[in-house]
Amino acid sequence: MIRSLRWKGAAFTAPFQLGFVFVYLLPIGYAVYQSLFVERRSGLGLGGGSTTEFVGLDNYERGLTDPVFLGAIGRVFLFACVQIPLMLGVALLVALLLDALTSRLTSAFRIGLLVPYMIPGVVATIVWVNVYSPDVGPLTDLGRLFGWSWNFFAPEMVWPSIGNLLTWHGIGYNMLIIYAALQAVPREMFDAARVDGASELRIALSIKVPYVRGALVLTGMLSIIHMLQIFNEPQLFRSVTPQTVDANFTPIMIIFNQAFASGNYNYAAALSVLLALFLGVASFLFYRLTTREAD
Amino acid sequence: MVLTQPDATATRPEPKARPVRRLSRPDRASRTRGAQRFLLLGLVLATTYSVFPVWWLIVAATKDQVGLYQTNGLWFSDFHLWENLEQLFTYNDGIFLRWVANSFLYAGVGSLGGTLVALAAGYGLARFDFPGRKAVFACVVGSFLVPIAMLTLPLYLLFSELGLINTVWAMLIPCFINPFSVYLAKVYTESAIPYELLEAARLDGAGEIRIFFSIVLRMMTTGGATVFLLAFVGTWNAFFFPLTMLRGEEMWTLNLGLYNWSGMRMQSGVDLTSLVITGCLLSILPLAITMIAMRRYWRTGVTLGALK
Repeated sequence: MIRSLRWKGAAFTAPFQLGFVFVYLLPIGYAVYQSLFVERRSGLGLGGGSTTEFVGLDNYERGLTDPVFLGAIGRVFLFACVQIPLMLGVALLVALLLDALTSRLTSAFRIGLLVPYMIPGVVATIVWVNVYSPDVGPLTDLGRLFGWSWNFFAPEMVWPSIGNLLTWHGIGYNMLIIYAALQAVPREMFDAARVDGASELRIALSIKVPYVRGALVLTGMLSIIHMLQIFNEPQLFRSVTPQTVDANFTPIMIIFNQAFASGNYNYAAALSVLLALFLGVASFLFYRLTTREAD
Repeated sequence: MVLTQPDATATRPEPKARPVRRLSRPDRASRTRGAQRFLLLGLVLATTYSVFPVWWLIVAATKDQVGLYQTNGLWFSDFHLWENLEQLFTYNDGIFLRWVANSFLYAGVGSLGGTLVALAAGYGLARFDFPGRKAVFACVVGSFLVPIAMLTLPLYLLFSELGLINTVWAMLIPCFINPFSVYLAKVYTESAIPYELLEAARLDGAGEIRIFFSIVLRMMTTGGATVFLLAFVGTWNAFFFPLTMLRGEEMWTLNLGLYNWSGMRMQSGVDLTSLVITGCLLSILPLAITMIAMRRYWRTGVTLGALK
């Protein structure tokens, strides 16, 4: 390619590159820099000045041994390991049902199932918080009808409540992806199987599921890793029931809290670097593992 | 079901068994009808689960505070939707409408700018070979792994130094730089813009800038619309980022405003539940309408996003 043309090509990416430095690289660098210092307040904090002191990796050491931070990571990871396979399982089931249905109703069902996906996550959470609410929600009355009394805001119910809401929100989107993959399976394979006397259930289990299994495992694992960043839903639950969801419920809530409630930017920066490293390494290892398997 | 175990018959040595099973066609048809009924039942259950909270929301938005607390949530009582809307639009000097306008401003302008930047970058990455191209692309893909907290916190400090906190720019500048949009734009360029076309345009003497604006952008309307739509939805739904960047309520987005109203009851005892519910219903509309009107675009975007 002609030399001048190369540089013109590079020029097209220049606005992005410039912005990327400003919005991504600079902040990341700044976070790493900040994480190496600690701010010490002289006096009792009132009126007294503060000094910034270089402490090396002390903040990281503190983060790696902080039971609150590690506890939050463990809590969210455990939750993700339950909720995400469950959600993907339901989405797969619904996609299989939809794929096997030979009816004009298919598109009506598809639109109905996609309704939750069209609702912003924060609004979905507010809606569910109200649906759960013992005062205005319909579920309490419904439960009473069957003789159950449930309290969705009880401490032991917080994760199931959030899990149900996330599952509700995610089924449609995941169903759509799985359904699209199922549509790509050559239909002749089903006909051949039918001629051989296979039942629809058998076709679903032996042809359709193996066809989408790889994609499911990949998205499932990546979703579990991404779940460590959960913030919106617990934060919203906290605004309604502060007694059940504490301020340090998830890793990002801790970081947010350290930075904006305690004004401890240095420690918050170290925790966010730790979280980023953790996510990056986990995703990379997983990606390596699955691509090697595919070869 | 037991009768149709295919393995059981396939391993049987005598082929006689097969015609017998083929003859039982009517039986098979009725079984299929039964299976279809089972499918329908499953789908009706799943759809009910998906739709009922939205149904509840619609019903609840038509009730006044008393009806909300005292009548069955899943069916209508007295119709108060218009009063609720009026209350919503006038409460606190119409701050709700301000939030709607802000959300449209941040999501609309931010995504438009971001889409232009992304289309240019995607085109540059897909159709030119320049030094550092691989590094730029590696940055794009690598940034998918960076957690938002990692960026938001230092960006907050950076923007405070520059005096950008609580301004429009704090929301817009990060929207202009969207690596996922660049990734999508690159993929779309690769499939939509042939090299030969660019060569022909160059031979005809068109400049690179003219080629980009009058040929490439025009051929990329579908891809561009998808990129715009996904970015718009992303910004509209954002919560953590605006929560950190926007301090004053006149700058808030719809999400922040509704979040704040929901928490009011706990913080100050003011019960705005009825306003929150009507506000939630209204805030769903723009997104739902955009997504339904542009469903052709987001479907391709969603499938591409899944491949990422």
